[in-house]
Amino acid sequence: MKVSVIKEYAQPAYASLKPMKKSGLYDPAFEHDACGVGLVANIRGDQSHKMVDQALEVLNHLTHRGARGADPHTGDGAGILIQTPHEFFKDVTSDLGMRLPEPGKYGVAMVFLPQGAKAQAACEAEIAKAVSAQGMELLGWRDVPQRPDTIGILAQKVKPTIRQAFIAPTSDIDSDKLERELYVARKVVENAVEAMTDALSDDDRDNFYICSMSARTIVYKGLLISEQVAPFFPDLEDERLKTAFALVHSRYSTNTLGAWKLAHPYRMLCHNGEINTVQGNKNWMRAREQHFTSDLFGDDVRKLVPVTRQDESDTASFDQVFELLALGGREIEHVAAMMIPEPWYGHETMSEEKKAFYQYHSAVMEPWDGPAMMAFTDGHKVGAVLDRNGFRPMRYLVTKDDLLVMASETGVLDIAPEKVAFKGRLQPGMIFLVDFEEGRIIDDAEVKHGLASRAPYGDWIKENARFLDDIPEPSFVPGVDSETLEERQKAFGYSQEDLKILLAPLADTGHETYGSMGSDTPLAVLSDLPQNLFNYFKQQFAQVSNPPLDKDFEKIVTQMSMTVGAEGNLFDESPRHCRQLAMEHPILTNAEMAKIKTIDEPGFKSAVVSTLWNANKGTDGLREALDRVRSEVTDAIDKGHQILILSDRGVDSESAPIPSILVTGAVHHHLIREGMRQNVGIVVESGDPREVHHFAVLFGYGANAVNPYLAFETAWDMCRVDRELENDTPTDSVVEKNIVEGLEKGVLNVMAKMGVSTLASYHGAQVFEGLGLSKKLVDEFFTWTPTKIEGIGLEEIAQDSVERLGRAYPEQTVAAELPLDVAGVYQWRSNGEHHMYNPLTVALLQDSVNRNDATVFAQYSKLANDETRRLTTIRGLLDFKEDESKAIPLGEVEPASEIVKRFATGAISLGSISREAHETLAIAMNRIGARSNTGEGGEDASRYELDPNGDSRSSAIKQVASGRFGVTINYLANATDLQIKMAQGSKPGEGGHLPGQKIDEYIGGVRRTTPGVDLISPPPHHDIYSIEDLSQLIHDLKNANDEARIHVKLVSKAGVGTIAAGVAKGKGDVVLISGDSGGTGSSPLSSIKHAGLPWELGLAETQQTLVANGLRSRIVVQTDGQIKTAQDVAIAAVLGADEWGIATGALIALGCIMLRKCHLNTCSVGIATQDPDLRAEFRGRPEAVVNYFMLLSEDLRNIMAGLGIRTVDDLIGRTDLLEQRTAVEHWKGKGVDLAPLLVQPDVDNAELHQSEAQDHELEKALDNELIKTASNAIESGSPVTASFEIGNHNRTVGAMLSNRIARKYGDEGLPDGTIEFNFTGSVGQSFGAFLAPGVTFNVSGDANDHLGKGLSGGKIKVVPPAGSTFVAEETIITGNVALYGATSGEMFLRGVAGERFCVRNSGANAVAEGVGDHGCEYMTGGITVIIGKTGRNFAAGMSGGEAYVLDEDGDFYVRCNQELVDLDPVEAGSEDEEKLIRLINDHRNYTGSPVAENIIANWDDFRTKFVKVMPRDYKRVLEERRLQEETGDREFVPNG
Amino acid sequence: MGKVTGFKEEGRELPSRRPVEERVHDWKEVYNEWPDKDARTQASRCMDCGVPFCNNGCPLGNLIPDWNHLVYRGEWEQAIAQLHSTNNFPEFTGRICPAPCEPACTLAINQDPITIEMIEKKISDKAWDSGFIKPEPPTERTDKKVAVIGSGPAGLAAAQQLNRAGHLVTLFERNEYLGGLLALGIPDFKLEKEVIERRLDQMRAEGVDFRVSTNVGVDITVDQLKAEYDSIILTGGSTVPRDLPVPGRDLNGVHFAMDYLAQQNRRSKGQEFSPEESITADGKNVVIIGGGDTGADCLGTSHRQGAASTTQIEILDQPIDSLTPEQRQLDNPQFIWPEYPMVFRVTAAHEEGDNRDYDVMTTEFVGDEDGNVRELKAVRIEWKAEGHGPRPEPIPVEGSEFTLKADLVLLAMGFLHPQHNGLLDDLGVEYDMRGNVKIDENMMTSEPGVFSAGDMQRGQSLVVHAIAGGRAVARFADEQMMGSSKLPGVKRYFRQLTTV
Repeated sequence: MKVSVIKEYAQPAYASLKPMKKSGLYDPAFEHDACGVGLVANIRGDQSHKMVDQALEVLNHLTHRGARGADPHTGDGAGILIQTPHEFFKDVTSDLGMRLPEPGKYGVAMVFLPQGAKAQAACEAEIAKAVSAQGMELLGWRDVPQRPDTIGILAQKVKPTIRQAFIAPTSDIDSDKLERELYVARKVVENAVEAMTDALSDDDRDNFYICSMSARTIVYKGLLISEQVAPFFPDLEDERLKTAFALVHSRYSTNTLGAWKLAHPYRMLCHNGEINTVQGNKNWMRAREQHFTSDLFGDDVRKLVPVTRQDESDTASFDQVFELLALGGREIEHVAAMMIPEPWYGHETMSEEKKAFYQYHSAVMEPWDGPAMMAFTDGHKVGAVLDRNGFRPMRYLVTKDDLLVMASETGVLDIAPEKVAFKGRLQPGMIFLVDFEEGRIIDDAEVKHGLASRAPYGDWIKENARFLDDIPEPSFVPGVDSETLEERQKAFGYSQEDLKILLAPLADTGHETYGSMGSDTPLAVLSDLPQNLFNYFKQQFAQVSNPPLDKDFEKIVTQMSMTVGAEGNLFDESPRHCRQLAMEHPILTNAEMAKIKTIDEPGFKSAVVSTLWNANKGTDGLREALDRVRSEVTDAIDKGHQILILSDRGVDSESAPIPSILVTGAVHHHLIREGMRQNVGIVVESGDPREVHHFAVLFGYGANAVNPYLAFETAWDMCRVDRELENDTPTDSVVEKNIVEGLEKGVLNVMAKMGVSTLASYHGAQVFEGLGLSKKLVDEFFTWTPTKIEGIGLEEIAQDSVERLGRAYPEQTVAAELPLDVAGVYQWRSNGEHHMYNPLTVALLQDSVNRNDATVFAQYSKLANDETRRLTTIRGLLDFKEDESKAIPLGEVEPASEIVKRFATGAISLGSISREAHETLAIAMNRIGARSNTGEGGEDASRYELDPNGDSRSSAIKQVASGRFGVTINYLANATDLQIKMAQGSKPGEGGHLPGQKIDEYIGGVRRTTPGVDLISPPPHHDIYSIEDLSQLIHDLKNANDEARIHVKLVSKAGVGTIAAGVAKGKGDVVLISGDSGGTGSSPLSSIKHAGLPWELGLAETQQTLVANGLRSRIVVQTDGQIKTAQDVAIAAVLGADEWGIATGALIALGCIMLRKCHLNTCSVGIATQDPDLRAEFRGRPEAVVNYFMLLSEDLRNIMAGLGIRTVDDLIGRTDLLEQRTAVEHWKGKGVDLAPLLVQPDVDNAELHQSEAQDHELEKALDNELIKTASNAIESGSPVTASFEIGNHNRTVGAMLSNRIARKYGDEGLPDGTIEFNFTGSVGQSFGAFLAPGVTFNVSGDANDHLGKGLSGGKIKVVPPAGSTFVAEETIITGNVALYGATSGEMFLRGVAGERFCVRNSGANAVAEGVGDHGCEYMTGGITVIIGKTGRNFAAGMSGGEAYVLDEDGDFYVRCNQELVDLDPVEAGSEDEEKLIRLINDHRNYTGSPVAENIIANWDDFRTKFVKVMPRDYKRVLEERRLQEETGDREFVPNG
Repeated sequence: MGKVTGFKEEGRELPSRRPVEERVHDWKEVYNEWPDKDARTQASRCMDCGVPFCNNGCPLGNLIPDWNHLVYRGEWEQAIAQLHSTNNFPEFTGRICPAPCEPACTLAINQDPITIEMIEKKISDKAWDSGFIKPEPPTERTDKKVAVIGSGPAGLAAAQQLNRAGHLVTLFERNEYLGGLLALGIPDFKLEKEVIERRLDQMRAEGVDFRVSTNVGVDITVDQLKAEYDSIILTGGSTVPRDLPVPGRDLNGVHFAMDYLAQQNRRSKGQEFSPEESITADGKNVVIIGGGDTGADCLGTSHRQGAASTTQIEILDQPIDSLTPEQRQLDNPQFIWPEYPMVFRVTAAHEEGDNRDYDVMTTEFVGDEDGNVRELKAVRIEWKAEGHGPRPEPIPVEGSEFTLKADLVLLAMGFLHPQHNGLLDDLGVEYDMRGNVKIDENMMTSEPGVFSAGDMQRGQSLVVHAIAGGRAVARFADEQMMGSSKLPGVKRYFRQLTTV
């Protein structure tokens, strides 16, 4: 291994950066990481030093999955876990005068110690103490040799002292016992050091870390780049160091200034992914740990707590619990299956014994939910498990001489093809295990069968578990109490909108209401109207670091059932453990609620605790009631109740309900603190919750089930009135069912946007941020919830409640008063909630821009700013410090013509708005050198030509969203910005939704989808499940257009700053921080109102994080979301934005009047509609839009002149110019503290704005060679053939070449076969991405993930390498998500493809010999042929194109999702037959596949075994087109 | 939500008016009964906007989309409840409001707006007919007494609101009829007086004490008033008319419009007038000076009295006919959505006979030897800004002088301000620059405990503003007396874009 010493240590700017600490809005708790993972093993268990070399070689092949920050030599972390190398240690310790016992009879601790001698000694003393307390002795210390000059300057700066301690038991104990003693000792030391707050500084305590302390394994890791691991630790190069296996890990962290201890592997595992529910999992562990009893640990079990710490990462916490369970007596595969269960619920084909195993364990532990590939070991066995969604790649091969190579990518170790015995991939939910003692691989089926037959789980469940459905209904079930309905509605703050907009449609249809155009109402903490406490909770969502789920089309992984009851001791296994009451629906009907109250069986005793409080006593009354409730629940548990019913029935003029979320949080956290939470289930019987968000928050803070009795009563009452008017109104029971189902679907949507699949793990996971809640309130009731700017406490909550109660039971009524408030939250009302866009602001804005009248614009701006200051937004609380002495003449300020270039409009798709409106925006923005955005919908290539008058209709920003609609190489090549949409402000974590009625022939054509069919673009980008995936897509797009800025759109949330840092490290050129309230064409109302944060918070956090990380100068920061005036723009610049986006304002300039009817296609001014009659009403003019942006720019100049600022660059990041307004009188708003927004990171000579370009390292791309080779072909079309060696480090091959072709030939490309390149080896990710017409890539080898993504007309063939002996048709040949978003072209695979083959394919033809789960998902065009097995959920969301599947066993229908598709036979003599034969023929010819050969040879037998998968809507449209062609009626009008 | 596509499917249709030849012979209202079905169809056109500009266009903040929705669904009782929550007297506004809500309707941008006013009228008529409207006396009485002075719409609204808040309200009216301009200014063919009576009956039943023919300041002194009442609300209207001081103004037959209209209303109620007192158009050539609504009321009244001829002259330019689709371009300064557009309107009175002349300035009245007016001399003018300032001024066109036969001249040129002498001066309230009663942000005058609203405070305006002012002042007075108020609050945007 060669050692390269880093010499360029002049003083680079980044050298002065300081380690990241919690400050301002930055909190290290939000750091994310993702990575490359590798595992090599000799299956027979033979130890060798070669294994270490091979592992490090694998690690080097994963370098590109890791990252580095400002310092190019400091990585985010890398490391290796191996078996304890006895031979080596024996030698090196004897040099130090130690005598080690026999192998396995001593332990080694690999320790990071604080740098100072005193601190180091203190820590070492603790280790000695703890070791001896556990009956062991410390044999001695060894300084671990290091070569600091091989690592980065920042890594050196924070490097701990690294030493190894050798520990032996003083008596003869068995190996397992020794391992446990070492573990206990480690936990004791960790707790002790943590508590040494006097003797040690925070930094010292932070730097102390035990990497491993075991007799079996040892971990070498650090803040390193993959290639630095061996050079830095010379031990690893020592030939005496031997192991039978190794785990390696290369880390990509969102932050630069990582810490040594955050590198993987951890003690027992390494992880690629993220645990979304970790806060809940930690809370549950905390509750459990007080009840630990363990025969194995005995009294020592008390020393093991706390098992996890609040400031620990998700992986660290997972590792801690994994270790506890494994050392507590369970096999590691058992632990893995418990913590990451596969989706068993409702599985079509899973065995009953397996289901019983999972069901039983669901009562013991909730799933740790999130994308996760865990490789784990206990030293005897090594295994890996993949999350239920299969969101992380893991490929393996086994050689004929028993070498296992498993890694995030294929091709990480050179193995001759003929030596390969077999290859495979880890499948969703599966476990892969190697047992060295048995010397063999144990496959998932055997592992799971072994686990399932450990105990008679099925019998235990039968005897103990109960289902709510089986409990008889009690005689009395409460219905509507009409007499008191209205007063109770008022007491719970119901408004007319709650009835008309939320509940009525839910009751009628079972669906949540959709809305449009974002939210422009005040934050709850700033509103004048009484607020529901739920409104202070903002939904968190998945973004970049993990993917949101697809709740619509990947239902196989979701589970909404819930259980209540007491939980057993974690270390035991007994029938009693599954004594739980299972509920199919966690939203309980009144009858179900009554059942729970009356159930009379041991283990299910319920106690009702009233949550009413005496409103006459004010805040004291509320506090007393909370105390009473908490003491009553403790009593109830002591008296043996297992179910607590928190009920607010019985409201009257004196008794107010405690807000349900307050009392739920209070009880939940009280019980966690008391260690009693596991003893009971919490059922909330409340009049409070009535919309999706309410239920999500309740479940998120610990409610097991909720009975919304008042919502039912309200709906029943409404429907009875309706029934008098219309007779198609649903009956009471249907209403109840609709509400339950609609709310559950909605809650699932909220879970899915965070990437959580099961309610059991969402339960208590607290994936919310408090906005406007005081820290004090959160600490007591919603512990660990982030809340950044302070806000209300109990007093304000009490005040709101008292006010509501007063309205419900007034001393005096006034005639003609409406029973319920109008509210005006969703639609403006003159006596309702404030909206920033209201009749006055809209009218003034339109008038000013239509006539280009600066005076009217000033009126508009004044009004809009004043209204902002009336306390609507955070920026309304900020003012510029006045200092007239600094003002400069206006003429000295940068001209408006320059400033205006910093504006962009929003990503508004063609489809959501009309063609006329879309093109007018583009023309306007192009005229002033600013940028319009295609939105997610492609773009008509005719727009790339200039208009006769010189106008361009081409949108400067071309968006790449999850649906990849119309994303072709030509589209990409014609952009100045390529924007990756990770999330959208109004519905972060959700996919796009375009109603079918808005998709006519034209739009459908541009998007390559079926006209008239709803378009749901997937919630995740299927090529971005993590930060390193995003960096890969950035690289792909830069290859596809090296002249465009690559731009990543994020939505503001707590922690977005760290993600933005990850984007900067991933080479994004621009990062957009979108506010939570921007416009939308169609979103669920609960998402519009309750997800995400205002941009001020996210932007400020981003600025602080980027500056502190030394990354600010290399990335443009943009922000958008309800920006309206120059004042808004100026504040955005000061908080850190180089550029600004305004969409709603631009639409208003075009004539939008905020009808909020975009989702209904009835926009009467022809903007957000595709209705031809209404489009004819469009009167928007580019001039008005130009006027708007010019007026804004001029106005910004005025502000800048007043501040004495000459250029926008000088304004960016200057938070010293701002101050929080002191004159705030608002009774709730006065508690808000904005100081964290204005924090300037402590960095010397900090760069505050973008000033340099990213280095995309495109010069290293293989495409440079390809382009050179193909230069004649590109120039003149003359054919060329060539061959290349290739490896997995060659990423995105073909995209740059395709760009050159598209630039010259547009969509047409070159004639088929012009360029034919052959590759040998394992191709890297994104091979053949966006491949242009005329290019053919032949691969002999195999492929990684994202093969042929965005294929744009090229051709890709992959066959196993010559000399392979494995059965190709049973062997994986390409990874996940091949052909994602392909628009045309062909692909032939001589082997099996991974998960999500052809996802969002809209025009390519493909043949594969088998595919994983979710094949052909969301396909809208093209033909897919599978001549082998398919996984589950085939054709989910498929609305166009065709698939043909060879179904030899006749069971394909079980695995096919038939929601949208029909399964038809292939008729003899049909066009279908002809197409199918042609493609299989091609496949045979191109790949030499004997499978295809056999099919063709025996076609008549095989024809009947083919199933045609045909989307019903597509079939309908084809039929309609055929009819129209017959009748000559050309124009297609979508139905509906 | 109404009907999502209603506006695309249905056009604007108003209820039909009775035939001209029939209606000019009586004083009944001009509209035919509107079938429920037609009203519901019209309501279905409402788009239920995210930002309902109508709701803002209405000075009362009427919840127009909400009741359109209810009418579409046929829920009339809920509709009147919604309507009453912002408007005490929808039967008045449904008849005589110029409906600034309608041009503010978002459909007015490129099509015909919703028939908001007629739907309002329909809801209220239906509610009265169905017995939905009943007296709603307060459940409890406070010990406060309030005097409201002036029984126009502002006074009535203030009185009803304050009474509903539990105060004992006495409403003083110096005329013999209650209702102010509603009773004496608006002709029956626009507002039949039974419509007022039934509402007054409701208020009586709720406990409002009406004192007609009581001139406060004369019949009751200011000191008595102050001693007896906790709050005094001045809603006496703007009663001093704008005059036309040209030669011949003193001739017989030259009258203020209000004198003329009031007399006819009294006559309709059965009063008789001696020939000396009587002002009638019967057989006369009538010239009405002023092109506004009062002028139109004079016109309709003249038709019914049997005028020989009618001419209406106006000093301003003739407005454009109506907005064509082309004119509705957003950058056309004439297209001022959502404001009230100045367009040429054909009212019911004009439908019965229309002889309007614009850009006409009266220079002299010429009478006969008996001192009766016989002729009106006028000159055509042009509006030019060349004169003294930036504002255009009327410049007579040389040689354009002409005369009109005129046996009856009605001056319908608006009102200047309330009458100062008497009550107001006695109270000592301050006036604003225009001579109206000056109020602070709580609608209180310079005299503590004395409030003012309606035309007396804001100058001549619409009935809808008067009701809004009455509701607002009630809230402020209640708050001042009780420390807090449960009465509905004042609309947020009191100052309207609409400048009618």
